[in-house]
Amino acid sequence: MEQHLGTGVQLVEHRRLKLRRRLAPYFLSAPGSLWLLLFFLLPLVFMASVSLQTGNLLQGFRMTWHFANYSDALSLYHVQFVRSLIYGSIATGITLVVSYPLAYWIAFHGGRYKNTLLLLILLPFFVTFVIRTLAWEFILSDQGIVLGTLKHWHLLPQNYHVLATSTAVIAGIAYNYLPFMALPLYVALEKIDRTVVEAARDLYSSNRAVFSHVILPLSLPGVFAGLLLTFVPAVGDYVNAAILGGTNNVMIGNIIQLKYLQDFDYPLASALSFILMAALLIGIFIYARALGTRQIEEYV
Amino acid sequence: MRVGPDIDPALWRGLTARRVSRRDLFKAAGVTAGAMGLSAILDACGVAGSQASKSPSATGVGSQSWWDQQKKTTQLDFANWPLYIDPSILKTFTKQTGINVTYQTVINDNDPFLAKIIPALQNGQGTGYDLCVNTNGGPMDRLIALGFVIPLDHRKIPNFFKYADPNVKSPTYDPGNKYTVTWQSGFTAIGYNSKEVKNPPKTFNELLNSPYKGKVGMFGNNQDLPCPALVAAGYDVQTSTPDQWKKAAEPVMRARDNGTIRAFYDQSYIDSLENGDILVTQAWSGDIFIAAAPKSIGGDGYPEMRLNLPTEGSIYWHDNMWIPLHAQNPVSSMMMMNFVYDPPIAARNADFIWYVSPVPSAKDIVLNDLKDPSVANSPLVFPTAADIAKTQGYRVWKDQAEEEEWNSIWEPVYSS
Repeated sequence: MEQHLGTGVQLVEHRRLKLRRRLAPYFLSAPGSLWLLLFFLLPLVFMASVSLQTGNLLQGFRMTWHFANYSDALSLYHVQFVRSLIYGSIATGITLVVSYPLAYWIAFHGGRYKNTLLLLILLPFFVTFVIRTLAWEFILSDQGIVLGTLKHWHLLPQNYHVLATSTAVIAGIAYNYLPFMALPLYVALEKIDRTVVEAARDLYSSNRAVFSHVILPLSLPGVFAGLLLTFVPAVGDYVNAAILGGTNNVMIGNIIQLKYLQDFDYPLASALSFILMAALLIGIFIYARALGTRQIEEYV
Repeated sequence: MRVGPDIDPALWRGLTARRVSRRDLFKAAGVTAGAMGLSAILDACGVAGSQASKSPSATGVGSQSWWDQQKKTTQLDFANWPLYIDPSILKTFTKQTGINVTYQTVINDNDPFLAKIIPALQNGQGTGYDLCVNTNGGPMDRLIALGFVIPLDHRKIPNFFKYADPNVKSPTYDPGNKYTVTWQSGFTAIGYNSKEVKNPPKTFNELLNSPYKGKVGMFGNNQDLPCPALVAAGYDVQTSTPDQWKKAAEPVMRARDNGTIRAFYDQSYIDSLENGDILVTQAWSGDIFIAAAPKSIGGDGYPEMRLNLPTEGSIYWHDNMWIPLHAQNPVSSMMMMNFVYDPPIAARNADFIWYVSPVPSAKDIVLNDLKDPSVANSPLVFPTAADIAKTQGYRVWKDQAEEEEWNSIWEPVYSS
């Protein structure tokens, strides 16, 4: 500090520098903030407003603070809401069970093939979501390459089908969101300091104890991030239910689509979206509180 | 919902729609600046209705004097459904008129297409199309009520008045053909795989009670499922009451909940029928024709596909050509409408797509010049007056409230 106090010029220079340093974060975050304001906050406000309006396409929609849109949405579509949460939970659980060993193996035993293996997980996802789901429709069709062959050998009854069931929808969701679980898990496992693992072994820890006392706790932030990244889009998904589902498999995303595209009932569609968003946010909040999230920001 | 691998129509439209002018940009900037306070934002969020533009003035869009001012251009942007035209007639059109046609098969389903173009029209922007094809019933009614359809210039379509089938002249949904002329028509009937189904259903109720559990397809929209159900229950589609709607919905829900119905389909039902996922299904007449025809003549090559018109009567619907507001080349659209009502052209189209032709005199041309008696004599392409008399049309709703009540009964049936 002392050398700056030499002359007045230096002092002014110093102040200017300090001011600039103080403002720098705001300048740096301005593009991001502007982006969020324009493409997140404004649409959100717009949607909140629409969800309280009444009217129809012909007469237009007017703001009437019609909160009944929310109670209507819940009373008409609670079945689909609950179903979406159940499908989303099961699918997320499946991705966790499948991804954890996968990510573990790549992180600890992948060696120089790590990047190749990660690329292999991601490779199918260079293809559009819808096309991938349509491919499953083709593969799993009643007389298709899998079921048709098994039926031909009389390993399955003739009227057996996978498509148009809740199993197909849940499996489709689990498949489509697998990388959202696998990648954060991999990052968390890869970051674990190997010397900690060695220390545990030096202290005569069994393999099982190393996993349950060292690796698993250290990978929890990855599990948290993975669950979050998978569950949120899984609950709102509508493509899988539309393509792989049958009767009584409709999810809330399909209802929102129907309300928006066929009925042009923008207020009800907006209210449904907000209820879904609120339910997810509350769930995440409770979940974050329960699990403790000190390290989450590193992953999310 | 089926989304093809095609280029996103929004991209096409972005590339083809008129550019935003400088004044529009300033206007938008002004709106943004004005909407600073929250209440102002909320105010701006209201979605304006468009009924004001419903009453056209003597000089407004679509009036005679407006049409007189429109100049012939050399471009036509035509939006239609996939596999719904003989592409060679577009070449003939270009050769005869010098108009270059950008033909886009961007319509897979009425409602999603409307959902895409209506916001643009509400903002006073063009759709990027000069000519679209949409079905009567909800979609066409909605577009006309919103005032988004340019009234036609009847002086430019002499072929329509000369050759059109009386059935498509002045239909209930568009009296006097003020806004639309029919592209093609079709029947909602019953399709089946004759290799697997030995005792095909002849009525809607037989379809619902068919022994092929989990192999029955139904339509999942608010006309093609409800209307046949009403006919099957013995009600008149147009005069039926909400109580009758509920009664007609019951057997459908029973078949859904006991596992007979596999799923409620959109256009994708035809793929499921072809690959054996469903064996019997509600079907649109021309689709089954195309599915059964050999690949060499443009069909799908599944000769076992058959169609039954339900004995209690089928639903007869019309896809209509219409010109969206702000179309850049409306004269080209009128010329195309007139062109496809020319009997030789209509014959080529009918012989290619196998839906009901709106030009009865095309039948002789298909029979004698194109030498295709199977199409010419098919009651599904050239039905007789007696065939048509047995049919009913889509429900025309009195008002928005009635449509909402209808939807509140039928939507829970097909999207549960």
